[in-house]
Amino acid sequence: MSDLAIDREVDRSQMQVSDEEAIQITEMNKWFGTFHVLRDINLTVNKGERIVVCGPSGSGKSTLIRCINALEEHQRGQIIVDGTVLSSDLKNVDKIRSEVGMVFQHFNLFPHLTILENCTLAPIWVRKTPKKEAEETAMHFLEKVKIPEQALKYPGQLSGGQQQRVAIARSLCMRPRIMLFDEPTSALDPEMIKEVLDTMIELAQDGMTMLCVTHEMGFARQVANRVIFMDQGQIVEQNEPEEFFNNPQSDRTKLFLSQILGH
Amino acid sequence: MSDQAFVRSEIIEEQTPPLTAFGLVGWLKSNLFSNWFNAILTFISLYFIWYVLSGVLPWIFLSVWNAGSLSECREIATATWGDSHGHACWAVIKDRWIQLLFGFYPSELYWRPILAFVLLLISLAPVLYTSVPKKIFYLTAVYPFILPWLMWGGSVWAYVSALLGFVLGYAIVRYTSEIVGQLGAVILSVIGAIVWWLYIGPLLLSQGVGAILPLALEPVISRDFGGFMLALLIGVVAIGCSLPIGIVLALGRQSDLLILKTISVWFIEFIRGVPLITLLFVASTLLNIFMPPGTNFDIILRVMIMVTLFASAYMAEVIRGGLAALPRGQFEGADSLGLNYWQSQRLIIMPQALKISIPGIVSTFIGVFKDTTLVSIIGLMDPLGLSQGIRANAEWNGIYWELFAFIAFLFFIVCFSMSRYSMYLERKLQTDNR
Ligand SMILES: Nc1ncnc2c1ncn2[C@@H]1O[C@H](COP(=O)(O)OP(=O)(O)OP(=O)(O)O)[C@@H](O)[C@H]1O
Ligand SMILES: [Mg+2]
Repeated sequence: MSDLAIDREVDRSQMQVSDEEAIQITEMNKWFGTFHVLRDINLTVNKGERIVVCGPSGSGKSTLIRCINALEEHQRGQIIVDGTVLSSDLKNVDKIRSEVGMVFQHFNLFPHLTILENCTLAPIWVRKTPKKEAEETAMHFLEKVKIPEQALKYPGQLSGGQQQRVAIARSLCMRPRIMLFDEPTSALDPEMIKEVLDTMIELAQDGMTMLCVTHEMGFARQVANRVIFMDQGQIVEQNEPEEFFNNPQSDRTKLFLSQILGH
Repeated sequence: MSDQAFVRSEIIEEQTPPLTAFGLVGWLKSNLFSNWFNAILTFISLYFIWYVLSGVLPWIFLSVWNAGSLSECREIATATWGDSHGHACWAVIKDRWIQLLFGFYPSELYWRPILAFVLLLISLAPVLYTSVPKKIFYLTAVYPFILPWLMWGGSVWAYVSALLGFVLGYAIVRYTSEIVGQLGAVILSVIGAIVWWLYIGPLLLSQGVGAILPLALEPVISRDFGGFMLALLIGVVAIGCSLPIGIVLALGRQSDLLILKTISVWFIEFIRGVPLITLLFVASTLLNIFMPPGTNFDIILRVMIMVTLFASAYMAEVIRGGLAALPRGQFEGADSLGLNYWQSQRLIIMPQALKISIPGIVSTFIGVFKDTTLVSIIGLMDPLGLSQGIRANAEWNGIYWELFAFIAFLFFIVCFSMSRYSMYLERKLQTDNR
């Protein structure tokens, strides 16, 4: 939860927001048993947007982005991802999941496979890419996250930051249109946070559509074009980063920002 | 400040460690005599080991190998050592080891079980060791059909027909699932295979080709099966089948489909709640009541089915333990990449769950293999059943220890190998540096 200043220039020239919709969520509600976790969520994400979602613990941030690739099921309302309506039909679910990359707090790499196999598995089995081609793609993205030399090691032999970068590369190998991040840096030590954030910034500079749950406010300031604040399962406030941080409207947002930024 | 400053002027030479830290003396001191209490324990243990070995070793090695009966054994022992006690009479093993191995299997056909055993080892090789050429997997695939043909004999075409039924079923799934969907393809393939087995296969192969090319082995009836061969046969089949059935049951028990889940839970709980002997009695007597009269449902086959079901229930629970030990993130990681249920089970979940379960799985294997001795209770001639038969002879009346020692030795070799292999496998699959 630090306001880790990012000591690099962020090139915003490639970060173009198009007016095509990538994700459209309307009137979405979700319950865990009788507990109403998500209430009337309305959210439209255009292609090329970088959205940071923040909010206190238990406010439903993870649940929201997990609904987008159907790791959680919503009970009411509609989610359209890249033109595909998310329903309980398993075919659509697998299709959406293969278009949407997801990076988890605890990496969720497959410990019995090497880094390279982690990256080639889904392209080979889901996309039916020939093995050789999948390996070339995997090496390309491993180079992009700056760990090609670890390709033949197992996840257990890598540091946390390296593992998270592999997880990002693994998602990228599926050539997703949208990337979801669920607190990708909160299980990491400070010096590793930076290397993962650097990777994410590069991704943003390449024009990727990103939806990112994080408390890295430095990242939000420099990369995001919109910050969403959630509390008690609702979207309480959303705004451009500068406005959001300097001029929050709701009391709950102010309270949250004062806690997180330590003023 | 200045008296804390220090610069080394000469390099210290490498020295040998003190004598107590290495070598025999060091080892003895640190492991056996580190304090007076450990020293006393060491002496007590040494005495105990000596006491046991001084009884057992002379019995094993100061023994009689050539005699026609137990009484002759005793005479020889008395003549040699002045005492008939404390000397094994291995003559009974020398006389009867072939029977203990093969039961009453016709002796001119011994090559068949031996060949089956050798082929078993060969077809297991690619399963057990990754360095073995993958081509041998073809042998592994047809081995389940070679084994019964070699053991029971009869026309080869019946087994070829059975094999082709499976090939047909697989082909149907492979080529129609695009058109009629996965479930439809599975149903079609089951129907196709059954039609083949019941009508087309027998007509085409057993009567058609079989009449032109009668390739058959001399049949051996199940009543002649026996000895360690029988234990191995039942054990191998039960072990080989219980693993896949156990995986399916474990997945069924975890499934969201209520009916599948209920069936799996009840099956597992019922089988685990009933002693194996009861199941074997059901196999030997009760099943006949439900069968239409005149049907000949082989007794060994019935026993194999029961032992397999019994082992599967335990296997399912062992594997469920492995599944439960996997972090939820593994399932989510697989899902988030777009892998479907079977892909994620096969590529992500099962390799890890099975790896966690290796000790439990091998324990179950070993348990099942040893439980095969229970079949002597329903009259099958496993080694223990045979040992009773041997004792019933006038010459060997009253001989116990030698027979049991030999049987125990045979079982020990097999069980110990399984246990060592599982340790090797665990070490090999260790990919996390914990
Ligand atoms: N599987 C579940 N079953 C029942 N309740 C759940 C489940 N998962 C989450 N919850 C509850 O839903 C609420 C929202 O959870 P969620 O994980 O989305 O919060 P979050 O905003 O991501 O919090 P954090 O910052 O701690 O990760 C919490 O109160 C949590 O206890
Ligand atoms: Mg969360």
